[in-house]
Amino acid sequence: MIEIVNLHKSFGKNQVLRGATLKVEKGESMVVIGGSGSGKSVLIKHIIGFLKPDEGSVMIDSVDIANLSENERYETRKRFGMLFQMAALFDSMKVWENVAFALIRHGKLKDKEAKEIAVEKLRAVGLVGVEDLMPSELSGGMKKRVGLARAIAHSPEILLYDEPTTGLDPIMADAINDLIIEMKKRLSVTSVAITHDMHSAYKIADRIAMLYEGRIVQTGTPDEIRNTDNAIVRQFITGSAVGPIKIEGVTA
Amino acid sequence: MIRLIELIGRFVEILWSTLMSFARELGKILLLLCATMKQLILPPFELKNTFKQIIEVGIKSLPVVVITAVFTGMVLALQSYTGFKRFNAEVLVGTVVALSITRELGPVLTGLIVAGRAGAAMAAELGTMRVTEQIDALETLATNPVKYLIVPRFIAGVIMLPSLTIVADFVGIIGGYFVGVTVLGANSSVYWKRTWDYLEITDIYNGLIKACFFGASIAIISCYKGFYTEGGAEGVGKATTGAVVLSSMTILISDYFLSAWLFK
Repeated sequence: MIEIVNLHKSFGKNQVLRGATLKVEKGESMVVIGGSGSGKSVLIKHIIGFLKPDEGSVMIDSVDIANLSENERYETRKRFGMLFQMAALFDSMKVWENVAFALIRHGKLKDKEAKEIAVEKLRAVGLVGVEDLMPSELSGGMKKRVGLARAIAHSPEILLYDEPTTGLDPIMADAINDLIIEMKKRLSVTSVAITHDMHSAYKIADRIAMLYEGRIVQTGTPDEIRNTDNAIVRQFITGSAVGPIKIEGVTA
Repeated sequence: MIRLIELIGRFVEILWSTLMSFARELGKILLLLCATMKQLILPPFELKNTFKQIIEVGIKSLPVVVITAVFTGMVLALQSYTGFKRFNAEVLVGTVVALSITRELGPVLTGLIVAGRAGAAMAAELGTMRVTEQIDALETLATNPVKYLIVPRFIAGVIMLPSLTIVADFVGIIGGYFVGVTVLGANSSVYWKRTWDYLEITDIYNGLIKACFFGASIAIISCYKGFYTEGGAEGVGKATTGAVVLSSMTILISDYFLSAWLFK
């Protein structure tokens, strides 16, 4: 279970998170929505412990991850898998070496065994025959799939998705959505995704939380969000330029 | 008058902020050095990556180092010959070449070449990994990026700079010998004798200590610049330039102080 309590974070004078509170139950698929610059990325970086809160806490199964020692923090990371926005594949390694990275490093597997598992994980995300290619030879959608295969290779308990559908064509985006749903069913993981793609959010979420001005303004099931009375959430999900949300850098 | 005070005030302010940002950067480099040292002694050891970096820093820099050293030795013999001829000291050409190369030019030129080649590559590679979130990806895969990326480069720098310097010393002296004997017509055995007579083992040894220091500086500065890159492609470009400039400056400035200390 992931519990974010009253999280504050500033970068210089820029207050990004101002008391965000969110609870993600075990096995739940939570989608955090919000505009650009709303602090979604900062939030997800706190969950995996890249950033330390200025105030408040992030608890993973009741353990405050900000208080862990360096070794404990890396041990905790083994329970996580993360899919990055641009996939973040290691471009100096072949596809299978990317997928098998954690297996070889932490599982102490021999290359041959690790490659077999990597090929199997690649098949799970719908890729066959790409294991010996370099990441630069793959299309954007394929890179995301490889990124997902790498994220699930060491059977994590928690999966984090950073804008999983951004930059993909609608069909590829939907295929990634289907994969995320399949991963949840097959691996019964807890997952947190951040996105501004509402189609994706409705499809993959058990619950959706809206982040605005550094706070969670509403949390609810996709249906509750769809029928919300909250003016801020309404404006965001309908994608209107007119409403309480001010567009940064643009005067009304 | 008020304008003058204002101007002086502005000047002091700029000077102060430059000094502060320099101190901040130095502090960050030293912190990264400490983290690198810590990860260096803690297992597991990154043998595969270290080997790869040794090839990258050492073997791939070898051709440039050899060519630079040969021609430096050659020009040194040529210049000192014409200079020394003015007061009939041509016999000392071999000595001058050997001392200049081992004490000074071997380590410094090798350092500058490695800073330009391998240092730039380190900053660019780590910088690209940073802006494409590959360093974050390493973290999510429970891998310490300092251990995985920086320690191998640091070891490669510290080992390969002295190794390349040995080669540079050797081919530099050979280059000088070649010009001295074949072009300037010096007697071969006299040239050799003059080369070795005044050369002490500490000349070579202290040169190698300098090379070790240069190797460590290049690696840590370039890795620092790459590791903390911000702002996309432009940031990677800035990091790379910054790495080469700062490494080269560090080599040239520290060279003076190291020489003053080592060759008392």
